[in-house]
Amino acid sequence: MSIQAENLIWRVGRKTIVDNVSLSIKPGTVLGLLGPNGSGKSSLLRLLAGLRRPATGRITLEGRDIASISRRDLAQRVALVQQHAATEINMAVEDVVRLGRTPHRSPLAGWTQLDSHAVDTALQQVGMTDFRHVSWQSLSGGERQRVHIARALAQQPRELFLDEPTNHLDIQHQLGLLRLIARLGLTSIVALHDLNHAAMFCDYLLVLNHGKVVATGTPAEVLTPELLKQVFQVECDFAPHEDGFHILFKK
Amino acid sequence: MISKKTIGFELLLVISFVILAFAIAMAVGIGEMRIPLRTVALSITNHMGLSNAEIGRIQDSVIWNLRLSRALVTALCGAGLAICGAVLQTLLRNSLAEPYVLGVSAGASTGAVAVIILGIGAGAVSLSMGAFAGAMTAFVFVAVLSNSGRGGPDRTILAGVAAAQLFNALTAYIVTTSGNAQQARDIMFWLLGSFGGVRWPEFQLLIVIIIIGLSICIWHSQALDAFTFGDDAAASMGIAVERVRIILFAVTALITATIVSMVGSIGFVGLVVPHAVRFLIGPGHIRLLPACALVGAVFMVLADIVSRSVMAQQTLPIGIVTALVGVPCFSLILYRARQAV
Repeated sequence: MSIQAENLIWRVGRKTIVDNVSLSIKPGTVLGLLGPNGSGKSSLLRLLAGLRRPATGRITLEGRDIASISRRDLAQRVALVQQHAATEINMAVEDVVRLGRTPHRSPLAGWTQLDSHAVDTALQQVGMTDFRHVSWQSLSGGERQRVHIARALAQQPRELFLDEPTNHLDIQHQLGLLRLIARLGLTSIVALHDLNHAAMFCDYLLVLNHGKVVATGTPAEVLTPELLKQVFQVECDFAPHEDGFHILFKK
Repeated sequence: MISKKTIGFELLLVISFVILAFAIAMAVGIGEMRIPLRTVALSITNHMGLSNAEIGRIQDSVIWNLRLSRALVTALCGAGLAICGAVLQTLLRNSLAEPYVLGVSAGASTGAVAVIILGIGAGAVSLSMGAFAGAMTAFVFVAVLSNSGRGGPDRTILAGVAAAQLFNALTAYIVTTSGNAQQARDIMFWLLGSFGGVRWPEFQLLIVIIIIGLSICIWHSQALDAFTFGDDAAASMGIAVERVRIILFAVTALITATIVSMVGSIGFVGLVVPHAVRFLIGPGHIRLLPACALVGAVFMVLADIVSRSVMAQQTLPIGIVTALVGVPCFSLILYRARQAV
Protein backbone atom coordinates (compact mmCIF):
# COMPACT_ATOMS: atom_id res chain seq x y z
CA MET A 1 0.00 0.00 0.00
CA SER A 2 1.21 3.44 -0.78
CA ILE A 3 -0.79 6.24 0.81
CA GLN A 4 -3.82 5.52 2.90
CA ALA A 5 -6.24 7.79 4.72
CA GLU A 6 -8.60 6.81 7.52
CA ASN A 7 -11.63 8.84 8.56
CA LEU A 8 -10.17 12.26 7.77
CA ILE A 9 -12.07 15.25 9.06
CA TRP A 10 -10.95 18.81 8.43
CA ARG A 11 -12.81 21.97 9.36
CA VAL A 12 -12.45 25.67 8.73
CA GLY A 13 -14.24 27.42 11.56
CA ARG A 14 -17.47 25.51 12.00
CA LYS A 15 -17.66 24.37 8.41
CA THR A 16 -16.61 20.78 7.78
CA ILE A 17 -14.70 20.74 4.50
CA VAL A 18 -13.49 17.15 4.50
CA ASP A 19 -15.96 14.86 6.21
CA ASN A 20 -14.87 11.39 7.27
CA VAL A 21 -12.94 10.50 4.13
CA SER A 22 -11.06 7.23 3.87
CA LEU A 23 -9.10 6.14 0.85
CA SER A 24 -6.30 3.89 -0.25
CA ILE A 25 -4.45 3.63 -3.53
CA LYS A 26 -2.52 0.84 -5.22
CA PRO A 27 1.10 1.75 -6.01
CA GLY A 28 1.64 2.93 -9.57
CA THR A 29 -2.02 3.67 -10.29
CA VAL A 30 -3.83 6.92 -10.99
CA LEU A 31 -6.72 7.85 -8.72
CA GLY A 32 -9.05 10.55 -10.01
CA LEU A 33 -10.79 12.85 -7.50
CA LEU A 34 -14.12 14.06 -8.81
CA GLY A 35 -16.72 16.33 -7.32
CA PRO A 36 -18.46 19.66 -7.81
CA ASN A 37 -16.79 22.95 -6.94
CA GLY A 38 -16.26 23.23 -3.21
CA SER A 39 -16.65 19.50 -2.59
CA GLY A 40 -13.32 19.36 -0.77
CA LYS A 41 -10.98 18.01 -3.46
CA SER A 42 -8.24 20.59 -2.96
CA SER A 43 -8.48 20.37 0.82
CA LEU A 44 -8.22 16.60 0.69
CA LEU A 45 -5.08 16.85 -1.47
CA ARG A 46 -3.55 19.32 0.98
CA LEU A 47 -4.25 16.95 3.85
CA LEU A 48 -2.74 14.03 1.95
CA ALA A 49 0.37 16.05 1.10
CA GLY A 50 0.80 16.89 4.79
CA LEU A 51 0.26 20.64 4.33
CA ARG A 52 -2.64 20.64 6.79
CA ARG A 53 -3.23 18.44 9.78
CA PRO A 54 -6.60 16.72 9.88
CA ALA A 55 -8.78 17.46 12.92
CA THR A 56 -9.31 13.73 13.33
CA GLY A 57 -8.29 10.67 11.38
CA ARG A 58 -4.88 9.77 10.09
CA ILE A 59 -2.88 9.41 6.91
CA THR A 60 -0.27 6.72 6.54
CA LEU A 61 2.50 6.24 4.02
CA GLU A 62 3.68 2.64 3.85
CA GLY A 63 1.94 2.17 7.19
CA ARG A 64 3.69 5.11 8.87
CA ASP A 65 1.65 8.07 10.11
CA ILE A 66 2.73 11.08 8.05
CA ALA A 67 2.37 13.27 11.15
CA SER A 68 5.47 11.49 12.45
CA ILE A 69 7.47 12.06 9.24
CA SER A 70 9.43 15.31 8.93
CA ARG A 71 8.40 17.75 6.20
CA ARG A 72 11.70 17.22 4.46
CA ASP A 73 11.51 13.41 4.45
CA LEU A 74 7.91 13.59 3.27
CA ALA A 75 8.84 15.96 0.44
CA GLN A 76 11.43 13.48 -0.81
CA ARG A 77 8.58 11.03 -1.35
CA VAL A 78 5.46 13.04 -2.02
CA ALA A 79 5.07 16.00 -4.39
CA LEU A 80 2.12 18.31 -4.91
CA VAL A 81 1.23 20.42 -7.92
CA GLN A 82 -1.11 23.16 -6.74
CA GLN A 83 -3.88 24.79 -8.65
CA HIS A 84 -2.71 28.38 -8.38
CA ALA A 85 0.99 28.79 -7.81
CA ALA A 86 2.17 32.12 -9.14
CA THR A 87 5.06 34.42 -8.45
CA GLU A 88 6.01 37.95 -9.34
CA ILE A 89 9.68 37.10 -9.25
CA ASN A 90 11.37 36.97 -12.59
CA MET A 91 13.25 33.71 -12.95
CA ALA A 92 14.21 31.17 -15.59
CA VAL A 93 12.24 27.94 -16.10
CA GLU A 94 15.31 25.96 -15.06
CA ASP A 95 15.48 27.82 -11.75
CA VAL A 96 11.85 26.99 -11.02
CA VAL A 97 12.48 23.30 -11.66
CA ARG A 98 15.62 23.45 -9.51
CA LEU A 99 13.45 24.45 -6.54
CA GLY A 100 12.17 20.87 -6.63
CA ARG A 101 15.57 19.70 -5.41
CA THR A 102 15.11 21.57 -2.12
CA PRO A 103 14.15 18.52 0.01
CA HIS A 104 17.18 16.61 -1.26
CA ARG A 105 19.75 19.29 -0.48
CA SER A 106 21.17 20.27 2.85
CA PRO A 107 21.57 23.98 3.68
CA LEU A 108 24.53 25.59 1.86
CA ALA A 109 25.12 22.35 -0.09
CA GLY A 110 26.48 22.78 -3.57
CA TRP A 111 24.76 21.66 -6.71
CA THR A 112 25.48 17.99 -7.46
CA GLN A 113 25.47 15.81 -10.57
CA LEU A 114 22.45 14.04 -9.11
CA ASP A 115 20.55 17.34 -8.82
CA SER A 116 21.38 18.31 -12.40
CA HIS A 117 20.32 14.91 -13.65
CA ALA A 118 16.98 15.11 -11.82
CA VAL A 119 16.29 18.58 -13.27
CA ASP A 120 17.24 17.53 -16.81
CA THR A 121 15.08 14.41 -16.61
CA ALA A 122 12.13 16.35 -15.22
CA LEU A 123 12.35 18.98 -17.96
CA GLN A 124 12.55 16.22 -20.55
CA GLN A 125 9.55 14.35 -19.14
CA VAL A 126 7.29 17.36 -19.54
CA GLY A 127 8.85 18.37 -22.87
CA MET A 128 10.16 21.72 -21.64
CA THR A 129 13.88 21.18 -22.20
CA ASP A 130 14.01 23.82 -24.92
CA PHE A 131 12.46 26.35 -22.56
CA ARG A 132 14.98 25.95 -19.76
CA HIS A 133 16.46 29.44 -20.12
CA VAL A 134 13.16 31.14 -20.89
CA SER A 135 11.71 33.52 -18.30
CA TRP A 136 8.85 32.12 -16.20
CA GLN A 137 6.87 35.32 -16.67
CA SER A 138 6.77 34.89 -20.46
CA LEU A 139 5.23 31.39 -20.36
CA SER A 140 1.63 30.56 -21.24
CA GLY A 141 -0.68 28.91 -18.70
CA GLY A 142 -0.11 25.45 -20.13
CA GLU A 143 3.64 25.87 -20.14
CA ARG A 144 3.62 27.08 -16.56
CA GLN A 145 1.59 24.05 -15.53
CA ARG A 146 4.11 21.75 -17.20
CA VAL A 147 6.98 23.54 -15.46
CA HIS A 148 5.21 23.06 -12.12
CA ILE A 149 4.92 19.37 -12.86
CA ALA A 150 8.61 19.28 -13.77
CA ARG A 151 9.35 21.01 -10.46
CA ALA A 152 7.37 18.33 -8.66
CA LEU A 153 9.12 15.58 -10.66
CA ALA A 154 12.52 17.01 -9.74
CA GLN A 155 11.61 16.05 -6.17
CA GLN A 156 11.72 12.47 -7.50
CA PRO A 157 8.53 11.54 -5.69
CA ARG A 158 6.84 8.19 -5.69
CA GLU A 159 3.49 9.82 -4.92
CA LEU A 160 2.34 12.75 -7.03
CA PHE A 161 -0.75 14.81 -6.19
CA LEU A 162 -2.15 17.24 -8.74
CA ASP A 163 -4.92 19.75 -8.13
CA GLU A 164 -6.87 20.31 -11.35
CA PRO A 165 -3.75 20.34 -13.50
CA THR A 166 -5.71 20.75 -16.73
CA ASN A 167 -7.46 23.96 -15.71
CA HIS A 168 -7.15 26.73 -18.29
CA LEU A 169 -5.45 24.48 -20.84
CA ASP A 170 -6.63 23.92 -24.40
CA ILE A 171 -7.81 20.42 -25.30
CA GLN A 172 -4.51 19.38 -26.87
CA HIS A 173 -2.58 20.29 -23.74
CA GLN A 174 -5.22 18.79 -21.46
CA LEU A 175 -4.87 15.42 -23.14
CA GLY A 176 -1.10 15.72 -23.40
CA LEU A 177 -0.81 16.44 -19.71
CA LEU A 178 -3.08 13.59 -18.66
CA ARG A 179 -1.20 11.18 -20.95
CA LEU A 180 2.02 12.36 -19.32
CA ILE A 181 0.65 11.71 -15.82
CA ALA A 182 -0.58 8.25 -16.80
CA ARG A 183 2.76 7.45 -18.44
CA LEU A 184 4.90 8.48 -15.44
CA GLY A 185 3.98 5.32 -13.57
CA LEU A 186 3.86 7.18 -10.24
CA THR A 187 1.19 6.66 -7.65
CA SER A 188 -0.92 9.69 -8.55
CA ILE A 189 -3.99 11.38 -7.18
CA VAL A 190 -5.48 13.91 -9.58
CA ALA A 191 -8.36 16.26 -8.93
CA LEU A 192 -10.27 16.63 -12.20
CA HIS A 193 -13.39 18.28 -13.55
CA ASP A 194 -13.76 16.59 -16.91
CA LEU A 195 -15.58 13.30 -16.34
CA ASN A 196 -14.61 11.85 -19.73
CA HIS A 197 -10.96 12.59 -19.08
CA ALA A 198 -11.27 10.95 -15.69
CA ALA A 199 -12.75 7.86 -17.34
CA MET A 200 -10.00 7.78 -19.96
CA PHE A 201 -6.91 8.28 -17.82
CA CYS A 202 -7.67 7.19 -14.26
CA ASP A 203 -7.46 3.63 -12.98
CA TYR A 204 -9.76 4.41 -10.07
CA LEU A 205 -12.09 7.22 -9.16
CA LEU A 206 -13.28 8.72 -5.91
CA VAL A 207 -16.24 11.06 -5.95
CA LEU A 208 -16.66 13.71 -3.24
CA ASN A 209 -19.77 15.71 -2.49
CA HIS A 210 -19.99 18.16 0.41
CA GLY A 211 -16.73 16.69 1.72
CA LYS A 212 -18.07 13.15 1.87
CA VAL A 213 -17.10 10.17 -0.28
CA VAL A 214 -20.14 9.20 -2.36
CA ALA A 215 -18.55 6.59 -4.64
CA THR A 216 -15.27 4.79 -5.25
CA GLY A 217 -14.14 2.16 -7.74
CA THR A 218 -13.14 1.84 -11.36
CA PRO A 219 -14.51 4.45 -13.80
CA ALA A 220 -17.03 1.93 -15.13
CA GLU A 221 -18.30 1.22 -11.62
CA VAL A 222 -18.44 4.82 -10.47
CA LEU A 223 -19.66 6.77 -13.46
CA THR A 224 -23.34 5.92 -13.75
CA PRO A 225 -26.22 8.12 -14.86
CA GLU A 226 -27.69 7.88 -11.35
CA LEU A 227 -24.51 9.07 -9.63
CA LEU A 228 -23.98 11.94 -12.05
CA LYS A 229 -27.57 13.07 -11.52
CA GLN A 230 -27.20 12.81 -7.76
CA VAL A 231 -23.83 14.61 -7.48
CA PHE A 232 -23.65 16.97 -10.43
CA GLN A 233 -27.39 17.34 -11.17
CA VAL A 234 -26.91 16.50 -14.86
CA GLU A 235 -28.72 14.08 -17.13
CA CYS A 236 -26.60 12.00 -19.44
CA ASP A 237 -26.28 8.99 -21.73
CA PHE A 238 -23.36 6.64 -21.99
CA ALA A 239 -22.06 5.87 -25.47
CA PRO A 240 -19.85 2.78 -25.69
CA HIS A 241 -16.65 3.02 -27.73
CA GLU A 242 -13.36 1.17 -28.20
CA ASP A 243 -11.69 2.34 -24.93
CA GLY A 244 -14.77 1.96 -22.80
CA PHE A 245 -17.51 4.56 -22.87
CA HIS A 246 -18.13 8.21 -23.41
CA ILE A 247 -20.48 10.38 -21.38
CA LEU A 248 -22.91 12.42 -23.42
CA PHE A 249 -24.58 15.23 -21.52
CA LYS A 250 -28.17 16.15 -22.31
CA LYS A 251 -29.40 19.68 -22.73
CA MET B 1 19.83 28.87 -8.29
CA ILE B 2 22.00 29.89 -11.15
CA SER B 3 20.89 31.49 -14.37
CA LYS B 4 21.97 34.21 -16.72
CA LYS B 5 22.35 37.51 -14.91
CA THR B 6 22.93 41.04 -16.04
CA ILE B 7 26.28 41.16 -14.28
CA GLY B 8 28.25 38.55 -12.41
CA PHE B 9 27.87 38.01 -8.70
CA GLU B 10 31.61 38.10 -8.05
CA LEU B 11 31.99 41.29 -10.09
CA LEU B 12 29.24 42.99 -8.10
CA LEU B 13 30.87 41.98 -4.82
CA VAL B 14 34.29 43.27 -5.89
CA ILE B 15 32.94 46.54 -7.26
CA SER B 16 30.79 47.25 -4.20
CA PHE B 17 33.64 46.37 -1.87
CA VAL B 18 36.00 48.81 -3.58
CA ILE B 19 33.34 51.56 -3.63
CA LEU B 20 32.57 50.86 0.02
CA ALA B 21 36.22 51.24 1.04
CA PHE B 22 36.49 54.56 -0.81
CA ALA B 23 33.15 55.80 0.47
CA ILE B 24 34.08 55.04 4.06
CA ALA B 25 37.40 56.84 3.64
CA MET B 26 35.54 59.82 2.15
CA ALA B 27 32.96 59.78 4.91
CA VAL B 28 35.78 59.88 7.45
CA GLY B 29 37.47 62.76 5.61
CA ILE B 30 34.57 65.20 5.51
CA GLY B 31 33.27 67.23 8.39
CA GLU B 32 34.12 70.42 10.24
CA MET B 33 37.77 69.41 10.03
CA ARG B 34 38.51 68.28 6.49
CA ILE B 35 41.03 65.48 6.35
CA PRO B 36 42.63 64.33 3.08
CA LEU B 37 41.94 60.74 1.96
CA ARG B 38 45.66 59.94 2.19
CA THR B 39 45.81 60.88 5.85
CA VAL B 40 42.69 58.79 6.54
CA ALA B 41 44.20 55.77 4.83
CA LEU B 42 47.50 56.18 6.65
CA SER B 43 45.83 56.57 10.01
CA ILE B 44 43.90 53.35 9.49
CA THR B 45 46.94 51.40 8.34
CA ASN B 46 48.91 52.84 11.30
CA HIS B 47 46.37 51.44 13.71
CA MET B 48 46.42 48.11 11.94
CA GLY B 49 50.18 48.04 12.33
CA LEU B 50 50.78 48.10 8.59
CA SER B 51 52.49 51.48 8.44
CA ASN B 52 54.13 54.02 10.73
CA ALA B 53 53.46 57.42 9.18
CA GLU B 54 53.52 60.76 10.98
CA ILE B 55 50.00 62.07 11.58
CA GLY B 56 48.90 64.92 13.80
CA ARG B 57 47.50 63.61 17.09
CA ILE B 58 44.29 65.59 16.81
CA GLN B 59 43.64 64.40 13.27
CA ASP B 60 44.38 60.85 14.26
CA SER B 61 42.05 61.09 17.22
CA VAL B 62 39.23 62.59 15.13
CA ILE B 63 39.62 59.86 12.55
CA TRP B 64 39.95 56.97 14.93
CA ASN B 65 37.78 57.94 17.86
CA LEU B 66 34.97 59.80 16.15
CA ARG B 67 34.57 59.35 12.46
CA LEU B 68 35.71 55.85 11.56
CA SER B 69 33.42 54.18 14.07
CA ARG B 70 30.58 56.32 12.82
CA ALA B 71 31.28 55.45 9.18
CA LEU B 72 31.48 51.75 9.96
CA VAL B 73 28.22 51.82 11.92
CA THR B 74 26.66 53.63 8.96
CA ALA B 75 27.81 50.85 6.64
CA LEU B 76 26.54 48.15 9.00
CA CYS B 77 23.13 49.81 9.30
CA GLY B 78 22.82 49.88 5.50
CA ALA B 79 23.85 46.23 5.32
CA GLY B 80 21.44 45.18 8.06
CA LEU B 81 18.44 47.04 6.68
CA ALA B 82 19.05 45.69 3.18
CA ILE B 83 19.28 42.10 4.44
CA CYS B 84 16.05 42.53 6.41
CA GLY B 85 14.32 43.97 3.36
CA ALA B 86 15.38 41.10 1.12
CA VAL B 87 14.25 38.48 3.64
CA LEU B 88 10.91 40.17 4.40
CA GLN B 89 10.07 40.73 0.73
CA THR B 90 10.49 37.00 0.18
CA LEU B 91 8.74 35.79 3.33
CA LEU B 92 5.79 38.15 2.94
CA ARG B 93 5.76 37.76 -0.86
CA ASN B 94 5.30 41.47 -1.10
CA SER B 95 7.68 43.59 -3.12
CA LEU B 96 6.90 46.63 -0.97
CA ALA B 97 7.82 44.96 2.31
CA GLU B 98 10.71 46.42 4.28
CA PRO B 99 11.95 46.17 7.87
CA TYR B 100 9.45 48.69 9.17
CA VAL B 101 6.34 46.83 7.99
CA LEU B 102 6.57 44.76 11.14
CA GLY B 103 5.93 47.92 13.14
CA VAL B 104 9.34 47.56 14.74
CA SER B 105 10.50 51.12 14.20
CA ALA B 106 7.26 52.53 15.55
CA GLY B 107 7.73 50.44 18.68
CA ALA B 108 11.31 51.62 18.98
CA SER B 109 10.22 55.24 18.75
CA THR B 110 7.67 54.76 21.51
CA GLY B 111 10.33 53.17 23.69
CA ALA B 112 12.77 55.98 23.04
CA VAL B 113 10.18 58.68 23.63
CA ALA B 114 9.09 57.03 26.85
CA VAL B 115 12.67 57.24 28.08
CA ILE B 116 13.34 60.81 26.90
CA ILE B 117 10.11 62.44 28.03
CA LEU B 118 8.62 60.31 30.73
CA GLY B 119 12.02 59.41 32.12
CA ILE B 120 10.96 55.83 32.63
CA GLY B 121 13.77 54.04 34.43
CA ALA B 122 15.66 57.35 34.39
CA GLY B 123 19.37 56.84 34.36
CA ALA B 124 19.24 53.08 34.54
CA VAL B 125 17.72 52.76 31.08
CA SER B 126 19.37 54.52 28.19
CA LEU B 127 17.52 55.77 25.16
CA SER B 128 18.88 52.85 23.12
CA MET B 129 17.67 50.30 25.59
CA GLY B 130 14.26 51.93 25.68
CA ALA B 131 14.09 51.86 21.90
CA PHE B 132 15.18 48.25 21.82
CA ALA B 133 12.56 47.24 24.38
CA GLY B 134 9.91 49.12 22.40
CA ALA B 135 10.95 47.46 19.15
CA MET B 136 10.80 43.98 20.61
CA THR B 137 7.43 44.74 22.22
CA ALA B 138 6.09 45.73 18.82
CA PHE B 139 7.51 42.57 17.28
CA VAL B 140 5.88 40.34 19.91
CA PHE B 141 2.62 42.23 19.38
CA VAL B 142 2.77 41.52 15.63
CA ALA B 143 3.80 37.90 16.17
CA VAL B 144 0.83 37.29 18.46
CA LEU B 145 -1.61 39.18 16.24
CA SER B 146 -0.52 37.29 13.12
CA ASN B 147 -0.60 33.97 14.95
CA SER B 148 3.21 33.60 14.75
CA GLY B 149 3.14 34.15 11.02
CA ARG B 150 0.81 31.19 10.54
CA GLY B 151 -1.93 33.51 9.36
CA GLY B 152 -0.01 34.02 6.14
CA PRO B 153 1.72 37.03 4.60
CA ASP B 154 -1.30 39.31 4.34
CA ARG B 155 -2.21 38.90 7.96
CA THR B 156 1.35 39.62 9.04
CA ILE B 157 1.42 42.85 7.04
CA LEU B 158 -1.94 43.90 8.46
CA ALA B 159 -0.69 43.13 11.97
CA GLY B 160 2.40 45.23 11.23
CA VAL B 161 0.27 48.13 10.03
CA ALA B 162 -1.86 47.88 13.18
CA ALA B 163 1.25 47.83 15.36
CA ALA B 164 2.73 50.84 13.56
CA GLN B 165 -0.52 52.82 13.99
CA LEU B 166 -0.78 51.91 17.65
CA PHE B 167 2.79 52.75 18.56
CA ASN B 168 2.89 55.93 16.49
CA ALA B 169 -0.27 57.04 18.26
CA LEU B 170 1.31 56.26 21.62
CA THR B 171 4.42 58.24 20.64
CA ALA B 172 2.35 61.21 19.53
CA TYR B 173 0.29 61.01 22.71
CA ILE B 174 3.34 61.06 24.95
CA VAL B 175 4.97 63.91 23.02
CA THR B 176 1.88 66.13 22.93
CA THR B 177 0.86 65.59 26.53
CA SER B 178 4.22 65.62 28.26
CA GLY B 179 6.91 67.09 26.03
CA ASN B 180 8.20 70.63 25.70
CA ALA B 181 9.29 72.25 22.43
CA GLN B 182 12.94 71.29 22.78
CA GLN B 183 12.15 67.67 23.55
CA ALA B 184 9.78 67.49 20.59
CA ARG B 185 12.55 68.80 18.35
CA ASP B 186 15.04 66.26 19.72
CA ILE B 187 12.62 63.46 19.12
CA MET B 188 11.78 64.66 15.64
CA PHE B 189 15.47 64.59 14.79
CA TRP B 190 15.96 61.16 16.31
CA LEU B 191 12.93 59.76 14.49
CA LEU B 192 14.35 60.81 11.13
CA GLY B 193 17.62 59.08 11.82
CA SER B 194 21.05 60.33 12.76
CA PHE B 195 24.46 58.75 12.95
CA GLY B 196 25.81 61.45 15.26
CA GLY B 197 27.05 60.04 18.52
CA VAL B 198 27.68 56.44 17.50
CA ARG B 199 31.11 55.16 18.55
CA TRP B 200 32.99 51.88 18.89
CA PRO B 201 30.67 50.21 21.44
CA GLU B 202 27.77 50.55 19.00
CA PHE B 203 29.97 49.17 16.25
CA GLN B 204 30.96 46.15 18.32
CA LEU B 205 27.38 45.27 19.19
CA LEU B 206 26.11 45.87 15.67
CA ILE B 207 28.76 43.83 13.89
CA VAL B 208 28.03 40.83 16.10
CA ILE B 209 24.29 41.10 15.45
CA ILE B 210 24.74 41.59 11.70
CA ILE B 211 27.16 38.70 11.30
CA ILE B 212 24.97 36.32 13.28
CA GLY B 213 21.81 37.56 11.53
CA LEU B 214 23.30 37.34 8.06
CA SER B 215 24.64 33.85 8.77
CA ILE B 216 21.21 32.63 9.91
CA CYS B 217 19.57 34.13 6.84
CA ILE B 218 22.15 32.62 4.49
CA TRP B 219 21.73 29.27 6.24
CA HIS B 220 18.04 29.49 5.27
CA SER B 221 18.67 30.65 1.71
CA GLN B 222 17.34 27.48 0.10
CA ALA B 223 14.23 27.72 2.25
CA LEU B 224 13.80 31.36 1.18
CA ASP B 225 14.10 30.33 -2.47
CA ALA B 226 11.38 27.74 -1.88
CA PHE B 227 8.96 30.52 -0.81
CA THR B 228 8.90 31.79 -4.42
CA PHE B 229 5.54 30.15 -5.12
CA GLY B 230 4.04 30.69 -1.69
CA ASP B 231 3.75 28.96 1.66
CA ASP B 232 2.04 25.79 0.45
CA ALA B 233 4.56 25.27 -2.33
CA ALA B 234 7.40 25.76 0.16
CA ALA B 235 5.81 23.29 2.55
CA SER B 236 5.31 20.74 -0.22
CA MET B 237 9.02 21.03 -0.95
CA GLY B 238 9.88 20.09 2.59
CA ILE B 239 10.24 23.50 4.25
CA ALA B 240 9.00 23.78 7.83
CA VAL B 241 7.21 27.00 6.90
CA GLU B 242 6.09 28.19 10.35
CA ARG B 243 9.44 27.54 11.99
CA VAL B 244 11.48 29.18 9.22
CA ARG B 245 9.14 32.15 9.18
CA ILE B 246 9.29 32.79 12.90
CA ILE B 247 13.07 32.37 13.05
CA LEU B 248 13.65 34.79 10.19
CA PHE B 249 11.09 37.30 11.48
CA ALA B 250 12.85 37.24 14.84
CA VAL B 251 16.23 37.79 13.16
CA THR B 252 14.96 40.73 11.11
CA ALA B 253 13.24 42.21 14.15
CA LEU B 254 16.43 41.91 16.17
CA ILE B 255 18.56 43.56 13.48
CA THR B 256 16.01 46.32 12.89
CA ALA B 257 15.51 46.96 16.60
CA THR B 258 19.25 47.23 17.18
CA ILE B 259 19.67 49.63 14.29
CA VAL B 260 16.67 51.78 15.19
CA SER B 261 17.77 51.99 18.80
CA MET B 262 21.16 53.35 17.70
CA VAL B 263 20.40 55.66 14.81
CA GLY B 264 16.63 56.12 14.67
CA SER B 265 14.42 54.97 11.85
CA ILE B 266 15.87 55.17 8.38
CA GLY B 267 13.43 54.16 5.68
CA PHE B 268 13.68 52.93 2.14
CA VAL B 269 17.14 51.32 2.29
CA GLY B 270 15.58 47.95 3.02
CA LEU B 271 13.10 48.51 0.23
CA VAL B 272 15.22 49.80 -2.61
CA VAL B 273 18.49 47.90 -2.26
CA PRO B 274 17.11 44.32 -2.50
CA HIS B 275 15.18 45.19 -5.67
CA ALA B 276 18.23 46.71 -7.30
CA VAL B 277 20.41 43.74 -6.37
CA ARG B 278 17.80 41.21 -7.50
CA PHE B 279 17.64 43.01 -10.81
CA LEU B 280 21.41 42.72 -11.18
CA ILE B 281 22.15 39.18 -10.02
CA GLY B 282 18.81 37.35 -9.89
CA PRO B 283 16.62 36.10 -7.04
CA GLY B 284 18.70 33.21 -5.58
CA HIS B 285 19.20 34.05 -1.91
CA ILE B 286 22.59 32.50 -1.38
CA ARG B 287 23.97 35.28 -3.58
CA LEU B 288 21.31 37.89 -3.02
CA LEU B 289 21.85 38.20 0.74
CA PRO B 290 25.62 38.87 0.82
CA ALA B 291 25.28 41.16 -2.18
CA CYS B 292 22.45 43.09 -0.47
CA ALA B 293 24.63 43.50 2.62
CA LEU B 294 27.45 45.07 0.62
CA VAL B 295 25.30 47.23 -1.64
CA GLY B 296 23.20 48.34 1.34
CA ALA B 297 26.37 49.41 3.12
CA VAL B 298 27.53 51.40 0.09
CA PHE B 299 24.12 53.05 -0.30
CA MET B 300 23.98 54.12 3.34
CA VAL B 301 27.52 55.50 3.49
CA LEU B 302 26.92 57.49 0.30
CA ALA B 303 23.61 58.78 1.67
CA ASP B 304 25.44 59.81 4.86
CA ILE B 305 28.06 61.70 2.84
CA VAL B 306 25.28 63.51 0.95
CA SER B 307 23.45 64.34 4.16
CA ARG B 308 26.56 65.97 5.55
CA SER B 309 27.68 67.84 2.46
CA VAL B 310 24.47 69.31 1.04
CA MET B 311 24.32 72.16 3.55
CA ALA B 312 27.41 73.75 4.99
CA GLN B 313 27.66 73.57 8.79
CA GLN B 314 24.60 71.43 9.06
CA THR B 315 23.69 67.76 8.80
CA LEU B 316 20.40 66.72 7.24
CA PRO B 317 18.71 63.82 8.99
CA ILE B 318 19.75 60.76 7.00
CA GLY B 319 16.14 59.61 6.69
CA ILE B 320 15.42 62.64 4.52
CA VAL B 321 18.18 61.68 2.08
CA THR B 322 17.21 58.00 1.87
CA ALA B 323 13.56 58.98 1.40
CA LEU B 324 14.43 61.45 -1.37
CA VAL B 325 16.25 58.65 -3.21
CA GLY B 326 13.86 55.94 -2.07
CA VAL B 327 10.48 57.42 -2.92
CA PRO B 328 11.13 57.66 -6.68
CA CYS B 329 12.33 54.03 -6.62
CA PHE B 330 9.28 53.04 -4.58
CA SER B 331 7.00 54.75 -7.12
CA LEU B 332 8.76 52.93 -9.95
CA ILE B 333 8.19 49.56 -8.26
CA LEU B 334 4.53 50.42 -7.69
CA TYR B 335 4.15 51.50 -11.28
CA ARG B 336 5.76 48.31 -12.58
CA ALA B 337 3.72 46.15 -10.20
CA ARG B 338 0.55 47.68 -11.62
CA GLN B 339 1.69 46.92 -15.16
CA ALA B 340 2.41 43.30 -14.25
CA VAL B 341 -1.20 42.81 -13.15
